[in-house]
Amino acid sequence: MAQDMTKPRNIGDVLLNVENISIAFGGVKALDGVSFDVREHEILAIIGPNGAGKSSMLNCINGFYHPQDGIITFKGTPRQRMQTHEAAAQGIARTFQNIALFKGMSTLDNIMTGRNLKMKKNLLWQALYFGPALTEELEHRAKVEEIIDFLEIEAIRKTPVGKLPYGLQKRVELGRALAAEPDLLLLDEPMAGMNHEEKEDMCRYILDVNDEFGATIVLIEHDMSVVMDISDRVVVLDYGRKIAAGTPDEVRANQDVIDAYLGVSHD
Amino acid sequence: MELLNILFVAPFVDITSSPVFFAEVVIGGLMTGVMYSLVALGFVLIFKASGVFNFAQGAMVLFAALTLVGLMERGVPIPLALAGTVLVMIALAMLIERMMLRHLVNQEGIILFMATIGLNFLLEGAGQIAWGSNVKVLDLGIPNQSFEVAGILLNQFDLFAAAIAAVMVTVLAVFFQKTTIGRALRAVADDHQAALSVGIPLKTIWVIVWSVAGIVALVAGIMWGAKSGVQFSLSLIALKALPVLILGGFTSVPGAIIGGLIIGVGEKIAEIYWGPAFGGAIEGWFAYMLALAFLMFRPQGLFGEKIIERV
Repeated sequence: MAQDMTKPRNIGDVLLNVENISIAFGGVKALDGVSFDVREHEILAIIGPNGAGKSSMLNCINGFYHPQDGIITFKGTPRQRMQTHEAAAQGIARTFQNIALFKGMSTLDNIMTGRNLKMKKNLLWQALYFGPALTEELEHRAKVEEIIDFLEIEAIRKTPVGKLPYGLQKRVELGRALAAEPDLLLLDEPMAGMNHEEKEDMCRYILDVNDEFGATIVLIEHDMSVVMDISDRVVVLDYGRKIAAGTPDEVRANQDVIDAYLGVSHD
Repeated sequence: MELLNILFVAPFVDITSSPVFFAEVVIGGLMTGVMYSLVALGFVLIFKASGVFNFAQGAMVLFAALTLVGLMERGVPIPLALAGTVLVMIALAMLIERMMLRHLVNQEGIILFMATIGLNFLLEGAGQIAWGSNVKVLDLGIPNQSFEVAGILLNQFDLFAAAIAAVMVTVLAVFFQKTTIGRALRAVADDHQAALSVGIPLKTIWVIVWSVAGIVALVAGIMWGAKSGVQFSLSLIALKALPVLILGGFTSVPGAIIGGLIIGVGEKIAEIYWGPAFGGAIEGWFAYMLALAFLMFRPQGLFGEKIIERV
């Protein structure tokens, strides 16, 4: 899996810049002046102990939370209070820590909702099922079939996702995010609760997504071997602060990171 | 002995001795049932798409009917009056989203439910302030002649209502299951956050759902209004929709239809054949007893989704 050795990485300009982000809930500072940037085509991992503010960071980036302080710049445009669906419209897609699929709907329908923003016909057409509306639906269906093919989930196309095992649900959720053809893909613990083989599969999909679809990926993950294998750079959070950032090797050698993970008395 | 006879023997003797009359009772019940279904549909739509139990659905039926009659009384031709009422219902949906739903995002279901109770009073009041509280006749020129088929008396108006309901259910089913917006609606119903993350704008979706529910309310209002006049009691038929929903399941469009038919037929048969055993007037409470029995044995209704949680 050590792709860094075999393939030259094609990292571009800064896609997302997060500057001095702070957010507090009541008295708890979930994020405290965190800054980092993400470059095009990069895989960036955010790691840290439980409660370090990793998910809060993703929620700020895709507009679920509005940071009380700091600026997020995406594709060169700074933004203040952005709504979630606006962030989606700009090309940010995500998956969730506790899978947020539409449980009553089939795999196909779930992934089709990911195409929602790509639908160009207006609301009136979208309420119909003939003529241009049907043509458009079929075009998008073709695209979705490619994704289903890519993720090797052909067999569960029509199954309501609520009935699928956990690992497959994670895969469908990735499919839904991919369907939007995002520029930035946020993955919140894509491998949590998976067994070894499922993890390997997921790693392969993430690397392929990065490679073939050209998507920039920000992921949160607890499995350190996975993080070290697939990411170009790593940002480490602890108690809402950034304590380190750099290549996997740099981070691994960082004393603060070792302390944060192993626990050290601060005196 | 007397009681057993009147409960378990006499009704069946009556039924078998006059099958034609029985058929008429069943058909009469089906027709009333269709009308219940029309009202129940409005509830199902909003519940399915936003998880809100809209107590104001009955008031929306009254409001739509009052608006239509009010426009017609002022000399607006029928097609224009219909179009005007549809516009009013869409405007109402926008207002509801702007003034009510937007401020209650992520609140508990019960809080939204209470808000719709408020909406209920508001609509009842506003409708009557704007259009007056007299009983009004709604005449859309729907034929209302009776005729006989194989000795069974049928009514044109009832058949017309049944046809309207059938068309509406088909349209709604295609809309929900096949179209892009339908899929977005189902997505929002399933998981708000996830729907937002794929770029579905919640506010637009709510306006659409409430508009559709408003138009369904208008159709129900037209049918009930043409049958029994447009009056305050229209908003009370919403109460009859409750047992229909419990039978059919709160999330099922076909459930609303079948539930309505069962209630309609059930209460007519109960009234005519078992009424004497209870001193008559069972029609008023039969539906609720049936709903109660369902709650005990099949709380998700006939077609509702059984909720299974992984733990």
